[in-house]
Amino acid sequence: MMDLLGLYNYWVFAILLMIGFYAVTAKQNLIKKLIGLSIFQSAVFLLYITIGPVEGGTAPIFHEGAARQVYSNPLPSVLILTAIVVGISTLALGLAIIVRIKEAYGSVEENEIREIDRQ
Amino acid sequence: MNAEAYHLAVLQVVVPLLSAPFVILLRPRGLAWAAATAASAMAFIVAAFLTAGVLSGVEYRYAVGGWAAPYGIELRVDALTCLILLVVTGASLLALLAGRRSLDADIEEDRQPLFYGAWLLALAGLAGIVVSADAFNIFVFMEVSSLASYILIGGGPDRRALPATFKYLVMGTIGATFYLVGVGLIYMMTGTLNLDDIAQRIPEVADQRPILAAAGFIIVGLALKAAVFPLHAWLPNAYTFAPHAVTVFLAACATKVQVYVLLRFDFLVFQNNVPGHELQFSHFLMPLALLAILLASGVAMMERNLKRLLAYSSIAQIGYIMLGVSLLSAAGLSAGIVHIFNHALAKGALFLSVACLGMHCQGLKLSDLAGAAKSMPWTMAAFVLAGLSLIGIPGTAGFISKWLLISAALAEGSLGIALVAVVLIGSLMAVVYIWRVVEAAYFHSPPAGGPQGLREAPPMLLAATWVAVLANVYFGLIPGLPIELSEAAASSLLLHLP
Repeated sequence: MMDLLGLYNYWVFAILLMIGFYAVTAKQNLIKKLIGLSIFQSAVFLLYITIGPVEGGTAPIFHEGAARQVYSNPLPSVLILTAIVVGISTLALGLAIIVRIKEAYGSVEENEIREIDRQ
Repeated sequence: MNAEAYHLAVLQVVVPLLSAPFVILLRPRGLAWAAATAASAMAFIVAAFLTAGVLSGVEYRYAVGGWAAPYGIELRVDALTCLILLVVTGASLLALLAGRRSLDADIEEDRQPLFYGAWLLALAGLAGIVVSADAFNIFVFMEVSSLASYILIGGGPDRRALPATFKYLVMGTIGATFYLVGVGLIYMMTGTLNLDDIAQRIPEVADQRPILAAAGFIIVGLALKAAVFPLHAWLPNAYTFAPHAVTVFLAACATKVQVYVLLRFDFLVFQNNVPGHELQFSHFLMPLALLAILLASGVAMMERNLKRLLAYSSIAQIGYIMLGVSLLSAAGLSAGIVHIFNHALAKGALFLSVACLGMHCQGLKLSDLAGAAKSMPWTMAAFVLAGLSLIGIPGTAGFISKWLLISAALAEGSLGIALVAVVLIGSLMAVVYIWRVVEAAYFHSPPAGGPQGLREAPPMLLAATWVAVLANVYFGLIPGLPIELSEAAASSLLLHLP
């Protein structure tokens, strides 16, 4: 039981991932889909951030004369910084496409767009 | 290797990447196109030099920024890389050379510099995926190329491209995020991102659950991006409603690059290191490959829109590639890899002739093509030859890979005979759907109500189409280069297997 609770970061990661995935697949509204996609990506940020810290570790900043310390791993945070940028670009591009869909179709509901295309 | 040759690997990415912002600034008419084409030509020349180097036995390893692997990002070029690089840069160059008039018709003049900038970013991303030997770097380039290709697909005048792009964006992002989760889990267990380094360290932890989960996430994520059946839902509409030149570029190489990542990752990292993974991989992909061949070809037989017909045929062809790969033998693997090259040639040529038809025919329904062969004889002749290559008639490139695939399948014993049957049925179905186009264009008389306005495409477009068609014939008669590269690639991929 304690093992399971000790891994609560991973649980939150999995739950967020599934919430995002649900919104992407189940919602008809394109903006809600995009929100779901954003949650889906943010879950992964949490996974990466969870990997980094070392027990008893501090921020990995070196300076002269400091006592030897245990440092946390900074690399996952750096990696996820890149992934956050990717996430923002995807969100921005997705919203731009939705704006153009709204201009062209007058709707942001997937079923209505499909209906218009069928005509 | 001299100092200049050492930098070729990184030039493959840097040339299009740095040309992209430059191209955006070019305002006078036609200049952006010329600059983008020149950058693509440079990229193709770099790929040709790399191939010549690899054929003479050099293996390129480049440490980005001078930081040696495994800490720095490593670029690596071997036989498999070269084959895919030739496909990517060749497709980009040919599509740009061919597509000027077609894109002039589709994209407003003031948006053209931005469009060509996005094109070069897509090229840089695809080339970057191929040369990277670093799991996270592959993700970054994957997103660079995906974001740019969403722009390319949604850039045309057809509003139906927009929902198609949105669907591609959502599914592409899910695929890339799955890959990212998998890479994160692997990093958690091994502490490294360099593919070779992962392969060395993974045996110690290979039986633990995060690695199994990582394998699942990475394979499903990449299969989604590669449009492996049944994860292909984004592909037909995206290819159908994109500007014609974009379809030529993306249909020839975008999904193939993802198949390449799948091969490289799976064979280097998982196979032989994770117990039982070979069987899981083969048992997972082989039924999907067979279903892709049969069902996607079946849909293509029913389809009324020419571009969508070819898009479904692309899904079936991914099936042939995965079938060869899932045999897990050197022969099957090299058949699959040759088919990546040959299918890019055939589908590139087919979509180029579609671009010719699209110059004067808006809808591209099969019924619109009635009598097209009379007014556009050269285009339709090109379509027929490229179609023969897709079907796999002897003397064309398609025959070579189907032949290799069938001989690889026959080596598998009784299962092989069933596989050969599926390949043959798939080819017969290809005969049917190509024939439907031929029948409409050659044997249906144009509607009686006056002229249709169909006439031969601009010379540049037609010339590029025939270059692609003649490449199909050339590599059908003299298949030395792709076979040599893919056999070297297959043996280096299988090096890690017992």
